[in-house]
Amino acid sequence: MDLAKHWRLRHARYRLEGQRNRLTGEVRFPPAPPRPGEAEDVWEPYVLSGRGRVYSFSVVRQPPEGFEDQPPYLVALVRLDEGPMVTAQLTDCDLDQAAIDMPVEMVTRRLRDLGPTGLIVYGYKFRPIVQR
Amino acid sequence: MRRVYIIGTGATAVGEHWDRSAASLAIEALNGALGTIPASRLGALYVASALSGSLHAQSQIGVLIATAAGIPGIEVVTVEAGGASGGVALRQAWMAVASGAVDLAAVVGVEKVTDVLDARREAALALATDADWEAIHGVTLTALWALLMRRYMHEYGYTADDFAPFPINAHANAVANPRAMYRFPINADKVRSAPMVSEPLGLLDCSTAADGAAAVIIASEGLARELCANPVRIAGSAVATDTLALHSRPDPLWFNAAAQTTTAALRSAHLAHSDVQVFDLTDPHGIAAALALESSGFAERGTAVALAREGAITPKGRLPLATGGGCKARGDTVGANGVYQIVELVAQLRGQAGAAQVNGARVALAQCMGGIGATVATHILTLD
Repeated sequence: MDLAKHWRLRHARYRLEGQRNRLTGEVRFPPAPPRPGEAEDVWEPYVLSGRGRVYSFSVVRQPPEGFEDQPPYLVALVRLDEGPMVTAQLTDCDLDQAAIDMPVEMVTRRLRDLGPTGLIVYGYKFRPIVQR
Repeated sequence: MRRVYIIGTGATAVGEHWDRSAASLAIEALNGALGTIPASRLGALYVASALSGSLHAQSQIGVLIATAAGIPGIEVVTVEAGGASGGVALRQAWMAVASGAVDLAAVVGVEKVTDVLDARREAALALATDADWEAIHGVTLTALWALLMRRYMHEYGYTADDFAPFPINAHANAVANPRAMYRFPINADKVRSAPMVSEPLGLLDCSTAADGAAAVIIASEGLARELCANPVRIAGSAVATDTLALHSRPDPLWFNAAAQTTTAALRSAHLAHSDVQVFDLTDPHGIAAALALESSGFAERGTAVALAREGAITPKGRLPLATGGGCKARGDTVGANGVYQIVELVAQLRGQAGAAQVNGARVALAQCMGGIGATVATHILTLD
């Protein structure tokens, strides 16, 4: 079922909510508990812009259990404008369209379906920024 | 600290052992390593397995193996550190014997991966990534290595073809290893034309997860002299970690734990980088071996692939790798790889490595990696 495991990450998964350090201004993602020695409230919630660039990417053709309905799918390391790097799928993007340094933006999509007795896990993916 | 020696090694063939259990493989390896030494003399047993919990729904696999070996009651430590499990278990045994707490210990690495279908195995392997922030996006270890390979190609101007010398060398060396899974040579054309697994990684630059068990017996100096004619010393031993998720590191192409453990292991062995004559690394793909060599200080950044192209990684080169076939051609036994490495490097130091023998090898380095460099164990083996 794993309900609580995914529910408690909803802010980070749905809107890329990370943290900002009140003292140094450092932005981090994903959110984490204060480290030993840090004040309990030194890291405040901070929603990242969701924009960044592709650091690298690949295609999954031999999927892990739970992703059998998705291949081939693009996965990437995305360097966010605020500094942190995240791992995510690229979506709305052809396999031959992906490129290193391509500008991307975050969208919320279905990550995986945990089956008839589980839930559908939603979260961030990234798509190429459409030039208008 | 006392000096610590390897006095026996054993391993099963790597492959698809449909008719064998994990315990049966482990016992074959342990018996081979013990030789004439009675199992009852062992003071402790260290068992490495990355996937026993997730694939077999069996935790405490170390106790299962102690029971099968007829030594119930022995102190057992079961180690899970992904692909570094074998090296981390060896480190635990080394510390126990070096400290004087234990005189004789066995390290057994065992993996049984063919009992499940591919998708479940990929998911189990991906558990070595960060479950909440990597695996949930459907990334696999192979895909993460592929991301690093593409970035490396981008930074240093290589093509995917340039990585072919790694699997070609692994296959060429495996021909001489009776325990290897793929005992046939391959060439650059075959590597180039293989289907894609995770671009830019093709099938012939990807290891195959397989069943197998390997074991080594570790002894104090006094027992080593008593029980073994040609002991091999573990002169350096180190384990370090990096962030669990690859994306959390300032430079994903740099394995800090490989750098740290190599420096620490060489320092405790009173040896320099240039003293190491033969290597075994976690090398499921060429990019993995390249990044390990660079991070460990054996090649300048961006040059390991060029060195491989020039022949440096063959048994006659400056940096001989995968002399038993490596993860690619020996077969990838995941948590047991770190123990297979020791079995093969001991054979090198004893001059028993056949056609893949590195002439006059007296210093060897074994390095195994859990996840993408999240745990690294590095050991230096020497002849006294």
